[in-house]
Amino acid sequence: MLAFAIYISFAGALVSALLPREKSALARWLALVVALAGLAIAIAGYVAGAGQGRVVLTDAAWIPSMGIRYLLAADGISRVLVLLTGIAAVAGVLFSWNIEVRTNQFFAFYLALIGGVYGVFLSFDFFLLFVFYEIAIVPKYFLIAIWGSTRREYGAMKLALYSFVGSSMVLIGLLAAYTVSGSHSTGLVDLAHAGLPTSFQMWCFPLVFVGFGILAGLWPFHTWAPTGHVAAPTAASMLLAGVVMKLGAYGCLRVAMGVFPHGLDSWGFSLLGLGSWRDVFALLAVIGIAYATLVALAQNDFKFVIGYSSVSHMGLVLLGLMTLNQIGLDGAVLQMFSHGVLAGLLFAIVGRVVYDRTHTRQFADLEKMHLARRLPFAAWAFVVAGAASMGLPGFSGFVAELQIVVGAWQARPWWAIITGVGLILAVAYIWRALQKAFFTDALPTAHELESEHAHNFDAITWPEVAGVALLGLSSLTVGLYPRILLDQIEPAIRAFLAGGLQ
Amino acid sequence: MNYADLFRATLPETVLELTALVVLAVDLGFLRKAALRRRHLAATVIGIAGCGAALWAVAIAPALTVGGQVQETLLAAGGAAGVAQCGLLVLTALTLLPLLGTKFTRNPGEYVAVALMAAAGALIVAAAQDLLVIFVGLELLSLCLYVLTAFAKRSGNSAEAAVKYYLFGGMSAAFLLFGFSYLYGITGSTSLSTIVQFLQTQNDLGVPLVGIAFVMIAAGLGFKVAAVPFHFWAPDAYEGAPAPVAAFIASVSKVASFALLISIGAALLPRVGFSGTILHSPWTLILIFLAVASMIVGNLAALAQISVRRLIAYSAIAHAGYMLLGLAFFSGDRSSQAVLYYILTYGLTIVGAFIVVGWVEYATGSDTLDAFLGLYKRNPLLAASLLVFFLSLAGIPPLIGFWAKFNLFAAVLSADAGVVPFSLVALAIAFSAVSLYYYLQVLKRVWVMPAVDEHPIWMHPVALATTVVIALAVIVLGCFPTLVQAWIARFY
Repeated sequence: MLAFAIYISFAGALVSALLPREKSALARWLALVVALAGLAIAIAGYVAGAGQGRVVLTDAAWIPSMGIRYLLAADGISRVLVLLTGIAAVAGVLFSWNIEVRTNQFFAFYLALIGGVYGVFLSFDFFLLFVFYEIAIVPKYFLIAIWGSTRREYGAMKLALYSFVGSSMVLIGLLAAYTVSGSHSTGLVDLAHAGLPTSFQMWCFPLVFVGFGILAGLWPFHTWAPTGHVAAPTAASMLLAGVVMKLGAYGCLRVAMGVFPHGLDSWGFSLLGLGSWRDVFALLAVIGIAYATLVALAQNDFKFVIGYSSVSHMGLVLLGLMTLNQIGLDGAVLQMFSHGVLAGLLFAIVGRVVYDRTHTRQFADLEKMHLARRLPFAAWAFVVAGAASMGLPGFSGFVAELQIVVGAWQARPWWAIITGVGLILAVAYIWRALQKAFFTDALPTAHELESEHAHNFDAITWPEVAGVALLGLSSLTVGLYPRILLDQIEPAIRAFLAGGLQ
Repeated sequence: MNYADLFRATLPETVLELTALVVLAVDLGFLRKAALRRRHLAATVIGIAGCGAALWAVAIAPALTVGGQVQETLLAAGGAAGVAQCGLLVLTALTLLPLLGTKFTRNPGEYVAVALMAAAGALIVAAAQDLLVIFVGLELLSLCLYVLTAFAKRSGNSAEAAVKYYLFGGMSAAFLLFGFSYLYGITGSTSLSTIVQFLQTQNDLGVPLVGIAFVMIAAGLGFKVAAVPFHFWAPDAYEGAPAPVAAFIASVSKVASFALLISIGAALLPRVGFSGTILHSPWTLILIFLAVASMIVGNLAALAQISVRRLIAYSAIAHAGYMLLGLAFFSGDRSSQAVLYYILTYGLTIVGAFIVVGWVEYATGSDTLDAFLGLYKRNPLLAASLLVFFLSLAGIPPLIGFWAKFNLFAAVLSADAGVVPFSLVALAIAFSAVSLYYYLQVLKRVWVMPAVDEHPIWMHPVALATTVVIALAVIVLGCFPTLVQAWIARFY
């Protein structure tokens, strides 16, 4: 049943592309209905999957001569991420309600991207997963290049090329794994059981991990992320940070670690204190967390702060993966969900609620606008989102980050220490952004008050309220009752670890 | 061999030549005073009917052998040759269709007749198993192509392109013949299989003459497929020739040449098969050199182009490089099917792309990147088709180009999974990431950047329908790659 989330999204994209150009309201409602249908399917699939392991959804021969199957399946991890995609898709449509230019094309690209994302999370065949993974690249380019803002063509091209380079590395890994395993099948489970030699896994694992890691914002290949996020229109940056970066992390987990588990084995020697690829990638993740946090602290553009915070939070996910223990991996998957929701919320507030009214994102300009008074909704929504993002108990971020740090401590204590420092600094950049953008000390001058009356901001619209409520409540629910997700994540991770990572 | 056998074996070529005569007779005889539009229509319809009849003839034509001996085959039937011939005829028909509505020539009869003769030459090349037959076929094809390139008589570019094409072509034909003469001198035979048999029994790998002959032949064929360093004619010819002719050169001529390379690869198979180390087989080494040079030069040069036709030409060079990789690591049927799959689907896509480029050029008077500004507003269907074609060429799934690439590279690795082929495949994949950049440069102008001129671009309905059908085929065949794969496998 979950598979219909894919089909309905692609069908929606097709219909939207064929709609007449001037009917923008129709395109909007169509996209909302399709996204809601996807969310309904995701919720239903999630509930139906409670207590079950991996469930095969569709299994058909696709290219029999090469052993490639159209194999869709879902386990706890997939179901959580499909749920996230459903939520992010609906929120993205709500925050795109004011798109007036080429609306039908916007939603066509948007829904095609969503369809590809659903497909990646549900594929259990490497080839099929790769197909969906690449389908997601092209719409991103056009969404940013056509409807974006600051340096959009540069940001879009950079993002497309980084993604494509990453997916080329994955394709090389796919061809290599397929050939070395005897060219029988590209099923993820088949490849994992094919007995790939350790020496082969030792070089193929880092290739595929970095290939997916580029999209997950792995330092130092993260530079596409801030520029891409800043250039993208609100809905696209919500999706980029919310679900597309998760595609990378999911690929690292499901494909790189699942198919090439021995790539994580010790090298047998140690170089500068690094004894395996696990140490290398954990180090990169830790550097990413600390580096992106520090950079976020120094930004003058509101959206860049959120962009770098995304890189930092994705570093947490990758660190969680590299702990290789139950609690760390649980935390990593939970963090994917949590960051998906919260990054979406933060980008929505900055990009839609604030920027579309103020037409500037520079702190220096925002400081003069006294937004706490003039846009109280935005200010309080950002307070809530920021608190959740910095890991305040009661929100999803807290549970996820706690688990990752505990897992990291169990694996290597110094990882946990640096990460802890990074998390504390995260409080600082959120605080700084909050103060500069909304709660400035300076009192408005008489002249400023006058011009405020002259240019009132547009009123907050219902889609914005609905979107903020949807994302905020999702985070709050998971924060207050994390078992709602962990009940499905934990068994899946346990099975993943027990089966030699498959 | 008697004349009845000869007639039956060459039935497809005969059908095409007869159709060419019919087209000429009808156009110059009955329709001399008719309107140009009607003459275009009549010539196109008769030409396509001829292709259809030839397609039927391909299915029933037997192989042509001397005295019924398999090793003395002149023209093969079925197998790779059969697939290539069917593909050639379909592509020829597709390149004739966009003639409707164009104005580059006032002599549609001659145009279609020469195109059909070129197609006949291509059919011979695709099936030839004998040095002399190969040469005759190649010359027939090439001479017709020179004429076609120059067919826009009022265009200086067209004439210039034809002269360049002709000079390079003549020189490369000389190289090819020189190589053939060495092979004949060494072995005393013109039949591919006899030559290879002789070389094997003599075990004379060290003989430098064979190496020289291979280099010469590679130079001649490298010209036909536009492989670096024999590619200099391609950008000029693609740029100067009328759009349907450029499509013809990029698709039909390429298919025929690659079919010939497959014949040579298959004949050489026992000798330079995948089990031997590559350093001992000069042919493999030469092909690797051509492949790597083409991938690098083609992709990097395409980055700098501002003319879309030249961009397509350089990307065609890069695609030839990928296919040469598949021929360098050749393992028999698996490889030959993969290369055929690639070249046929590539040909289909490029015909579509050239139809679009041709009409944009017709409407704007230029084929620079900026001529494509805002195409989505001026003709959405054309813009959407171009999106599909270029993304397919860049290898984005689920379009057919991705599957063709995957299939080809998997075939290379199944032939030889050593370090060298693997690194070459990795290089090819890395360069297809580069290629996305220049394809997006065009698509960016089509879809993203604002239009300078918002007047709709009119297009002849038949040409538009052809474009859309090709685009749909690229999508559908990409989603169900087994359709074409199974069709190809039926011939083996």
